[in-house]
Amino acid sequence: MNRIDTCFAELKKQGRTALIPYLMAGDPVPGVTVEVMHAMVKAGADVIELGVPFSDPMADGPVIQAACERALRRKTTMQDVFMVVKNFRATNQNTPIILMGYLNPVEAMGYLQFAQAAQQAGVDGVLTVDLPPEEGSELLSAFSDVDLAPIFLIAPTTTEERMQRICKASRGFIYYVSLKGVTGASMLDVASVTKKAAHIRSFTDLPVGVGFGIKNAETAAKVANVADAVVVGSAVVKLFSDNEALPKKIAPAVATLLRSMREAMDNN
Amino acid sequence: MSLSQKNSTTESLPDERGHFGPYGGLFIAETLMAPIEELRLAYESLRVDPQFIKDLDWDLTHFVGRPSPVYHAERWSEAVGGAQLYLKREDLNHTGAHKINNTVGQALIARHMGKKRVIAETGAGQHGVAAATVAARFGMECVVYMGAEDIERQATNVYRMRLLGAEVIPVTSGSRTLKDALNEAMRDWVTNVDNTFYIIGTVAGPHPYPQMVRDFQTIIGREARQQMLDMTGKLPDALVACVGGGSNAIGLFHPFLDDKEVAIYGVEGGGEGIASGRHAAPLCAGRPGVLHGNRTYLVEDDHGQIIETHSVSAGLDYPGVGPEHAWLKDTGRVNYVAINDDEAVAAFHTLTRKEGIMPALESSHALAHAEKLAANMNKDQVVLVNLSGRGDKDMHTVAARDGIKL
Repeated sequence: MNRIDTCFAELKKQGRTALIPYLMAGDPVPGVTVEVMHAMVKAGADVIELGVPFSDPMADGPVIQAACERALRRKTTMQDVFMVVKNFRATNQNTPIILMGYLNPVEAMGYLQFAQAAQQAGVDGVLTVDLPPEEGSELLSAFSDVDLAPIFLIAPTTTEERMQRICKASRGFIYYVSLKGVTGASMLDVASVTKKAAHIRSFTDLPVGVGFGIKNAETAAKVANVADAVVVGSAVVKLFSDNEALPKKIAPAVATLLRSMREAMDNN
Repeated sequence: MSLSQKNSTTESLPDERGHFGPYGGLFIAETLMAPIEELRLAYESLRVDPQFIKDLDWDLTHFVGRPSPVYHAERWSEAVGGAQLYLKREDLNHTGAHKINNTVGQALIARHMGKKRVIAETGAGQHGVAAATVAARFGMECVVYMGAEDIERQATNVYRMRLLGAEVIPVTSGSRTLKDALNEAMRDWVTNVDNTFYIIGTVAGPHPYPQMVRDFQTIIGREARQQMLDMTGKLPDALVACVGGGSNAIGLFHPFLDDKEVAIYGVEGGGEGIASGRHAAPLCAGRPGVLHGNRTYLVEDDHGQIIETHSVSAGLDYPGVGPEHAWLKDTGRVNYVAINDDEAVAAFHTLTRKEGIMPALESSHALAHAEKLAANMNKDQVVLVNLSGRGDKDMHTVAARDGIKL
């Protein structure tokens, strides 16, 4: 059984919602990433979304774009990302890791090579932002050979027909984008998220995670009421940029934010 | 009547999901899927709608000034000393380049879709000006994204856009050039999709853009094919056009693709030379990958990160290229070559002095390659070059290279 499935099954038994923070590998300097990942788990993260830097992150807002630029300035490569996962796995065998990035670096490496290297490093799922299931058959079969879960987005504008297709192609969980726009945009509308989550659940038994626009403990708690997972991206990555000059401060700052979210979600 | 000429090789391309062989397609985040689908459906119905085609023709005639002439450059031909050189004069269009053929078309689609706000990305500013122009013409709000670097290099065009009522937003992310402006425009679109139409300036991007922009630009080749038959009684022996994203080139080439006796050359920006690594020539020196919604040849590093390109002409300074060009390269129908900055600037001077026509630096790349070709051909052979734009915008660049401050 894939770590993601095990994790969600366990949370379901406990009646808790998963907290999924995002960070960019190699941001702002190599060496910080693994330390922050462990701090995230200690602060209550259940799954970690690890960003793979890309020069042209079209679907991301300014916060994550800047993180890509910081990581690429230090020449973070796909091999470096796998090394981060390997190092993390040295002391943590349980927390699922999902890579999130764009297709081109995966293509440059080769689908089969990427899938095998990811699996060997200890990656559990992959979200390739600019790859819709329609274009993905080759990559999906490479993933399925090594039990990597393909994660897909569903947007507020996604039609019912596409929703079904995406649910069918997905493993692990469904990532619902809670608002129109890019990552890090303004606050989300909890009522419409509630409705959409129910709609998605009518097509799949997979857990539904919600992300884009969750910035503080209060929103996290509200979303936790209706979702199986709360994904926090830009709000976490902003702490990397705030503390770029003193990277040692990043792990405690991230831990403080996540702990406040975890508490608010659990005390709902 | 339909927008694209019936043509056995190309009629079937792209397929219904936008593929030209392995290239093209729809590589976008789920957040963009609905607006792209809305556009695709609108375009599918409008491209065969007689009223839409009538409206488009009217604007192309009365607003753009079509048809553009074909000109026999006799003194230039004589100086080169080989084949006869002919120019398709897209520089004589309203706003001075072929870009307006496409922006008029997309603005008409926007009007049909009830979108009151249009956005565009621009490099040199030519597409931005063409978009701002049609926005003024149709009474739409217009926002143009332009790399901060390019804004400095192209102050005149920035002012032209502002005079036309457009808001020009500097893009400071990434390499601060065209590709980053495109990223930023996509982000605007996904956020404001309800009232906004995104006018892409070239034959790249997610389906249906490569097809739609091609269809609007094939007016160049359809006119030129007939004009050459009328003027010379035969088809030209060779066609030459510059390729950045590749819209003027595909516009000229497409109606000739089935004329196997016509050799076709696409000319990329060779910058400081392919070997220097400082170029803008994905077809000559890149490899296939995925960027900006489609699979195509890219200038990228070994890790799949996009590399900053270099060209004396801002309009060629783009790391990707339209997917149909990628396909035409692989099939061998079109030959893709590169011309360096120096060669292009030399051709700029030659045409200006020999014919009294000042070409855009983009088009000068095509002129430079045409000279090389024509020199090795007979006097009764014919080379048709797409003069895609006029060079007034480039005067500062040319002067600076000559060490002159204007």
